[in-house]
Amino acid sequence: MPAPKPKVPGFLKGLGVTARTAKETMFPDGMLRNPIPSPTKGAATVQYPHEKEAPAPRARGVITLQEDNCTSCMLCVRECPDWCIYIEAHKTLAPPRREGGKPRSVNTLERFDIDYALCMYCGICVEVCPFEALYWSPEYEYSEVRIADLLHDKERLGQWFETVPDNEPYEPGAEVKKKPVSRKENK
Amino acid sequence: MIALELAYWQETVIRVGLAAIVVPTGAAIAVYLFLFKLISFMQSRLGPMEAGPHGTMQLLAEVSKWLQKEDIIPDNADKRLFKLPPFIILGSTFLMFVVIPAGPTAIVSDLATGVFYVLAVSSVSVIGVLIAAWASANKYALMGGIRAAGQLIAYELPMVLAVVGVVIQAGTLNLQQIIFAQSTGEVFGWGGIGNPFVLTQFVGFLIFMVAVQAELSQTPFDMPVAESEVVGGWMVEYSGVRFLVFFLSEFAAAVGFSAIAATLFLGGWSLPTAWFNGWEGSGRFWMHFIGPVILLTKTMALTGVIFWVRFSMPRFREDQLQKMAWKFLIPLSLVNIAVTAILKVVM
Repeated sequence: MPAPKPKVPGFLKGLGVTARTAKETMFPDGMLRNPIPSPTKGAATVQYPHEKEAPAPRARGVITLQEDNCTSCMLCVRECPDWCIYIEAHKTLAPPRREGGKPRSVNTLERFDIDYALCMYCGICVEVCPFEALYWSPEYEYSEVRIADLLHDKERLGQWFETVPDNEPYEPGAEVKKKPVSRKENK
Repeated sequence: MIALELAYWQETVIRVGLAAIVVPTGAAIAVYLFLFKLISFMQSRLGPMEAGPHGTMQLLAEVSKWLQKEDIIPDNADKRLFKLPPFIILGSTFLMFVVIPAGPTAIVSDLATGVFYVLAVSSVSVIGVLIAAWASANKYALMGGIRAAGQLIAYELPMVLAVVGVVIQAGTLNLQQIIFAQSTGEVFGWGGIGNPFVLTQFVGFLIFMVAVQAELSQTPFDMPVAESEVVGGWMVEYSGVRFLVFFLSEFAAAVGFSAIAATLFLGGWSLPTAWFNGWEGSGRFWMHFIGPVILLTKTMALTGVIFWVRFSMPRFREDQLQKMAWKFLIPLSLVNIAVTAILKVVM
């Protein structure tokens, strides 16, 4: 089926689109009500260093670590496409769950580093973690002057965990999905 | 009235100095207003905001960046030829401004055949483009140069032919006389707004603007420098201060062509005689001051239109470009000339 013929020739229509956008950007209140151009108000731009953008709650800003949940299973390390996660751990004895039981053997993290110079924000580590130790946070201001400083350790990753937003309802009034493993502050 | 007698060399120095200030300033205003701001607003963004209030000093920052860059000449390039094109293109651009009048006497040289001169001089830049393309020893540059040559020659014709209509109607090749004819003319016996030739030569005006768009290689006609096809075309090997010269002369040429279009079709620096007689008496005195402002306003409006089209349209295909010039614009402008000539004789 041939495309329907445009009522206004495409050339004029294109000019109209750009002109209208320029008008709406320069005169956000309408040309008559406020004839002084105020593009800073009309444009979609967020002037970043001066004002901060509020990222979407599910934005892929930075990967955070809930250290208590990590069992050093190394799944994230092995699944990471560019091998930017480093884990070192050792076994320690934890007190038994019940009175009189024998002490449990648990893995204690010595090192959990993510090299954000390598990370490509694919989120596979967050997906594969069976113990809900890794979360996305919308935090984005962590650039460094030296590239080596982009290797962030588990303390830094743990600080970002505080910025992980709570789940939002998928639609207004819907039941909010609970995170399956309780978070640090709930313990 | 000030009576000032200057020697020929003093006048020349003043004129050359003024041109050396006016041309880059005009280009800078066009770059800031249109390339930085207008396109940003058309995309609902702000453009440069940090250098100076609302980014007004951005171009200075860019220029100082370009000036610091390394002077790179490719190994296989023809070294002497490679250095030549910026001078040719810049020279061609500057020479265009020689005959554009900005007031009753504000003109570098009031040539009797100004229209002829300006069209001839503006097409010299093609030679610079071809030299740049050939001397770069780069296949993309050569492709872009060949495209540029084909395009600039193809659109030179409709441009000249569109101007012929104006020349027939005004009966002169002198730009001041053409402005005078528009200022004092009448449209079908009514002289309320003079006769800016955009009214009676509307077809010619459209052809001229389309041809100017192509002559300047502005999008929809930017095949010579199409970055997605020939990675920058004939400019591909140029960087630093040489690229700066190309860049600024592109915008200076846009301003120059708009000034010519304003002069030929919109009445130039003058106002309709019915409103304000700028040709004799005290009106002539005041026109020395407001004439340049009027010309600048008209010029910037036309430059705005050029860039508006540039920012709105996607690129044509190479064969569509050639077809449009040879099969549509040139026949149309020939018809325009014939009709103008017949009406000129009949009426």
